[in-house]
Amino acid sequence: MTALRGTLSLRHAFWLTASVALVAGPHAARVPWWLTFLVATLFAWRLYLARTRHPLPHRAILILIVLGASGGVYLHYGTLFGRDAGVALLVVMLTLKLLEMRTPRDAMLLIFLSYFLVITNFLYSQTIPTALYMLACVWFITASMIGIHHLQGQGRAIEQQLRTAGVLLVQSVPLMLALFVLFPRVQGPLWGMPADSQRGATGLSDTMSPGTLSSLSLSDDIAFRVTFKSPMPPPKFLYWRGPVLWDYDGRTWRAPRSSISKLIYEAHNNPVVYTVTVEPHGKAWLFALELPASLPAQSLLTADFQLLSTRPVSSRLRYEMTSFLEYKYGSSESAATLERALALPPQFNPRATALAKDLRRKHATDRALVQAVLTMFNQENFVYTLEPPLLGGDAVDDFLFKTRSGFCEHYSSAFAVLMRAAGIPARVVTGYLGGELNPIGDYVIVRQADAHAWNEIWLSDAGWVRVDPTAAVSPARIERGIGAAVAGATALPLFMQGGLPFLRELRLSWDSLANSWNQWVLGYTPERQRALLTRAGIEDATWRTLAALLLGVSSVIVLVLVLFTVRRLRVRVRDPVRLAYLAFCNKLRQRGLMRDAAEGPLAYAERVGRARPDLARSVRDFIGLYVDLRYGGDAPSERVMRLKRLAREFSP
Amino acid sequence: MQALRNIREWLFQLRGPEHGEIVLVQRRIFILPSRAGVFFGVVLLLMLTGSINYTLSLGFILTFLLASLGITAMLHTFRNLVGLRITAGRAAPVFAGETARFTVYLHNPTRAARYSIGLTRRGGEVEFVDVPAERSALAGAAVPAVRRGLLSPGRLTLYTRFPLGLFYGWSYVEFDTHCLVYPRPAAPGLPLPPVKASGGEGASRGEGREDFSGLRQYHPGDSPRHIAWKAAARGEVLLTKQFSGQARAELWLTHTLLPDHLGLEDKLSCLTRWVLDAHAAGLAYGLELPGAIVSVGSGEAHRDRCLEKLAMA
Repeated sequence: MTALRGTLSLRHAFWLTASVALVAGPHAARVPWWLTFLVATLFAWRLYLARTRHPLPHRAILILIVLGASGGVYLHYGTLFGRDAGVALLVVMLTLKLLEMRTPRDAMLLIFLSYFLVITNFLYSQTIPTALYMLACVWFITASMIGIHHLQGQGRAIEQQLRTAGVLLVQSVPLMLALFVLFPRVQGPLWGMPADSQRGATGLSDTMSPGTLSSLSLSDDIAFRVTFKSPMPPPKFLYWRGPVLWDYDGRTWRAPRSSISKLIYEAHNNPVVYTVTVEPHGKAWLFALELPASLPAQSLLTADFQLLSTRPVSSRLRYEMTSFLEYKYGSSESAATLERALALPPQFNPRATALAKDLRRKHATDRALVQAVLTMFNQENFVYTLEPPLLGGDAVDDFLFKTRSGFCEHYSSAFAVLMRAAGIPARVVTGYLGGELNPIGDYVIVRQADAHAWNEIWLSDAGWVRVDPTAAVSPARIERGIGAAVAGATALPLFMQGGLPFLRELRLSWDSLANSWNQWVLGYTPERQRALLTRAGIEDATWRTLAALLLGVSSVIVLVLVLFTVRRLRVRVRDPVRLAYLAFCNKLRQRGLMRDAAEGPLAYAERVGRARPDLARSVRDFIGLYVDLRYGGDAPSERVMRLKRLAREFSP
Repeated sequence: MQALRNIREWLFQLRGPEHGEIVLVQRRIFILPSRAGVFFGVVLLLMLTGSINYTLSLGFILTFLLASLGITAMLHTFRNLVGLRITAGRAAPVFAGETARFTVYLHNPTRAARYSIGLTRRGGEVEFVDVPAERSALAGAAVPAVRRGLLSPGRLTLYTRFPLGLFYGWSYVEFDTHCLVYPRPAAPGLPLPPVKASGGEGASRGEGREDFSGLRQYHPGDSPRHIAWKAAARGEVLLTKQFSGQARAELWLTHTLLPDHLGLEDKLSCLTRWVLDAHAAGLAYGLELPGAIVSVGSGEAHRDRCLEKLAMA
């Protein structure tokens, strides 16, 4: 095997640099600014060297840059491994390889690294735009690769390279689809995700202090999507239960380590059946309508009816759920539990405590007291706002008696403190409220901006009962969503604001597309694969079955591809006279009497006649007719037919 | 070992020199992943592992797309060779010690253009050509000519890595053509033998003095009166004027003129040098070799005939 030879031209260097720049581009915003600057400088340097035909820099300089950049990456990330640091290093190495690219072999290495860099982009984003952009990158890289292997003259024009690369890629799609659908899938991770792979994922946390949720509501990231199998409940029932917070230290509410429990409840209506597709958030909780009545696979239920996955949700997860909207549960809570739901830190919020004691004296029943507090929120000058003023040390006192404007976390926090001070067990429940129905695709989108906090109080005759103090201040928040509740608040993400019907329509169409993409492309998990095969009539497919199936299907695809590519290899001979002559010569050739390239028909006939006297007559007849037809002016069709027949019947 | 060789011959269809046109049918084309192709496979495995670990659906798609691209590229590499019709072209004669260039015509009767096809003789220089659809192209293979005589090109390799370089497709072609290799000429400066008159008339021995017939290189012993002084004054090499007498002078290059202690090959080298010098000087000369005689003549065809005799002696 001959090794790759030759040198790289300016064009090669240029297109390769462009390919690497395209692939590395999206990483520019993810790596530290000085690294982006360094890499951009190196790109410019490489292009300058190629343009002026200066020699490439000495290896020692490159090693110095590698060491410097690695040191910088280590200082910035505190490690050289993991997702972010790894990507930063890979980008640096790739750029330096450009400066060391001398032979086609270097270029090939660079191309493989570029393909690898494409995949690192997917660690950060797997949306449709990313996919399209990266497809363009792959196309470009493949075109560069073709350029390297076209060694004649100055190589090919880039359009021609791009066309060939496009043809290759399009022809590869069927086999790619077969592999995607049928390749035996293994549920990752194989060796554990690096800890930083979920960095930056927005979502609820297991603590709540003033400002937590209002900052979350600035994000239009999607938390999860829901498809209802039974009719969709009205908006005021769409309480998606998340972390339940018990412990209050005067400022922050925290979720305790809860014990595992069974599903014990009383239901009062028909269940709601739906499927949730939750976006990865790196935490364990799963979301369900209150009150969850079933457990998805690999999940647990805590004593306070929180649904937890057995491992952090690090990739998009789909699960079927059943919930009851009218229910009763927890009426037989233990004394210890109730005591926990009454605990308040001493010395904090003296005025709120005094107010609670006062209310207790005025109202005989717990229900009346609750009603009084809600009336207070509703009647007095309390404001529901996304941009609440800052609060001091006694946060609840400040809120109740001074600022009087806040977001749901302020109301639920204040409500719980008042209840506990009045001797009613209470806790804070966080989660999401509402969601937007996408009529295109018929599913509900719940965004981070829908994050909400409400309360549960314990009544001896009813168990845990949901009370939403925000509803008392801003009923629109419950009925019509966050966009209606804080209308005109420019702080809300553009998509969440009311009005702009055209924009809304566009956004819903786009999300519908994204949802299908998530369900069918990104959410193609081992379970989905199994379900699909079951639907196709293949039950309990083992990897062996899959491998056999894959082999069969890909063989068929490759065969079709072979036929397709070889189709253009058929030689086009339209002249029937010539065709007959070629067939005739071919028969003789098979008998070892090949016509020389320079041999005319008459000389050939003579030679054949000498070698095979038995054939002399038939050969002479045929050749005579052939010469007549070919060189004798007109060729009447009956004589052509005769020539064809002679060629057909000739059997040396 | 013999069995191994038989297997090899069967596998690669090595059937010795062939005559006429070789059609690259499927059975004649071999294809293997190149080193880059193997490396590509390793990169794909890495990408697959990464995709599984991070549950990257788009990672899977990319990996599978690239794997399919590899398969497609293999088909295209194969297609780049299949159906070509190869015929041997002429190989211009060379002197021993030089490099012969065997030309090969690649005819592409199909409607698919072929790109970047290399022709080489094991380890030698490679020449790449493109063969457009329904056209022909000429490729050459350099073969060092070590000894005089007939040089056969041996087994030539026709190969391609197009389009992606992941696969190496090749075919062996061995033609029964030859290239004539003349003996290596002796170092320049060897004086030509004296001229003898034709027809046995001793009267006008040496060059005649009547009619100027041309110039030849100066040899020590030439009369100073015959030196072309004008040319010498212009800084050119010393030339001697020649005149054809009534009796045409004949220069016979005979192997017996050379000392006996020289071997045959050395004698042929010297004779080759004489032939070249005599031709350059525009002389008429004849060649006499053991078993072969070329009568007196001049011109390129005559020189080539003499050189051929020398090559085949």
